[in-house]
Amino acid sequence: MSEAEKKQQQEPAIIMQGVNKWYGQFHVLKDINLQVQPGERIVLCGPSGSGKSTTIRCLNRLEEHQQGRIVVDGVELTSDLKQIEAIRREVGMVFQHFNLFPHLTVLQNCTLAPMWVRKMPKRKAEEVAMHFLERVRIPEQAHKYPGQLSGGQQQRVAIARALCMKPKIMLFDEPTSALDPEMVKEVLDTMIELAESGMTMLCVTHEMGFARTVANRVIFMDRGEIIEQAEPNTFFDNPQNERTKLFLGQILH
Amino acid sequence: MQTHTFKPDQPPPSMSVGVVAWLRSNLFSNWFNSLLTLFALYLIWLMVPPALQWSLFDANWVGTSRTDCTADGACWVFVKEHLAQFMYGFYPEQLRWRVDLTAWAAIIGAAPLFIPVMPRKALYGAAYLVIFPLLAFWLMYGGFGLDIVETSQWGGLMLTLVIAVVGISGAMPLGILLALGRRSDMPAIRVLCVTFIEFWRGVPLITVLFMSSVMLPFFLPEGMSFDKLLRALIGIILFQSAYMAEVVRGGLQAIPKGQYEAAAAVGLGYWRMMGLVILPQALKLVIPGIVNTFIALFKDTSLVIIIGLFDLFTIIHQATVNPEWLGFAVEGYVFAALVFWIFCFGMSRYSMHLERKLHTGHKR
Repeated sequence: MSEAEKKQQQEPAIIMQGVNKWYGQFHVLKDINLQVQPGERIVLCGPSGSGKSTTIRCLNRLEEHQQGRIVVDGVELTSDLKQIEAIRREVGMVFQHFNLFPHLTVLQNCTLAPMWVRKMPKRKAEEVAMHFLERVRIPEQAHKYPGQLSGGQQQRVAIARALCMKPKIMLFDEPTSALDPEMVKEVLDTMIELAESGMTMLCVTHEMGFARTVANRVIFMDRGEIIEQAEPNTFFDNPQNERTKLFLGQILH
Repeated sequence: MQTHTFKPDQPPPSMSVGVVAWLRSNLFSNWFNSLLTLFALYLIWLMVPPALQWSLFDANWVGTSRTDCTADGACWVFVKEHLAQFMYGFYPEQLRWRVDLTAWAAIIGAAPLFIPVMPRKALYGAAYLVIFPLLAFWLMYGGFGLDIVETSQWGGLMLTLVIAVVGISGAMPLGILLALGRRSDMPAIRVLCVTFIEFWRGVPLITVLFMSSVMLPFFLPEGMSFDKLLRALIGIILFQSAYMAEVVRGGLQAIPKGQYEAAAAVGLGYWRMMGLVILPQALKLVIPGIVNTFIALFKDTSLVIIIGLFDLFTIIHQATVNPEWLGFAVEGYVFAALVFWIFCFGMSRYSMHLERKLHTGHKR
């Protein structure tokens, strides 16, 4: 408990204040307010098109917000490229479709950014990469190309690639949605281990079992708004909002 | 509980592998294809033996003048007697070693780049790209202790290669920049690149060469003049870069958005994203298109006749109208075709090799 209190006193890892975003006329994010403390693990869920992916993609400026304020790791996101790149160095992201670089080996995928962005010497970058590949349990695949790996292995490489930048915050955008059912578990296990190491995580996912065991807080979004947020036991067992109940009723058969 | 026993793998049926199966599926799969195969064989029988007869068995190989060509076949004496001219044009005879040396320097200098285990290849390649052009210019043009050979004396295969190599190595980077510019987020740059590309693609190369030699001097201040070859080279580079830009753009469009996002998410800036992630994939995809453009460029070099430069084809053509050697045009043109074909086929084979080498497993 004292550790949690200590974290409360720290500067929040992420602040979103009154964030609005439109795609043309379509209002995707409506007045999003969110604070994430360092070490906190948050799961975002909601029906498709509810704006959950857009929310986390705004945090490393893959999407631009038009109104409101976003502060990540003490740096405010503006159109200033320097600040955007500074934030991207500290924020790792894992995508639904892995998005590994197919022309590079697994090892090169992991060393590319540390070498070119962090200016790490090649040998050191390879050391770091092997360390994280061991952590996601595929060091033996280091010299293969992504195209030669299974989906689950590719996603674990993607997690290792993000970790090689030693990020303070990790964003997961539906990391298991494109996987065959047999491979979901290996990726979730990797994420659970990462959560146990104290990483600040925001995770868009439909894996409610994962949300229950790992999350500190579950956020439910619909039509661009945060409808409800609570710690997982309250969220799943005693949802307050009608819309949340309906959604949970549909996905937890 | 039951345990399932898997069946062992069986070899394929014998009719689906081997020579007979290959013949069956490729040449005689049905009555129409069998007919086509027989017809093709007949055509080969009709054409190939006479061609070989003329070009090899009945050909004249020895001698120094047309009177030595007594047999019915081709008179290769004509090509042999003019070979030096075909290779070097009007480059002074006693200085031709400089051209040879340039060619050897190009080949020997580039050789390490094709050794797979060579360390620091990128650094060596960059140094080669800087040093070799300077060396080549010094050797072929002269200055700094070497006699100057004006570019109007350059000709033949040497000139063809100079134009092709300079054209290719200039059009490639410029084309990539134009392609990136055309997809830029900045409207000014985009408009500039689109205008450039559409202008140069809309004008025939002949017009470009004409303008470079006839019209450009009007726009230049009095007394200022550019070398004719230099003007042609600039024209060719600008012209071909527009084509190259569109080929490269095709590749850029084929790269999924996720690749851009992943590169951005790990903190790569625009140029690193393009140079390390996007372009390596995009260029690999469009190798066939790039080589296509290179081959077209290589053959288009003959158009420099428009501005009075004598490339391989033109110099051969000149030799065929020489009164002493009238009547050997076919030999000359066959030889020209053969030389062009060797270079183009070489480029094509190399590109296929490159495609195989850069293939890294299945796309996701």
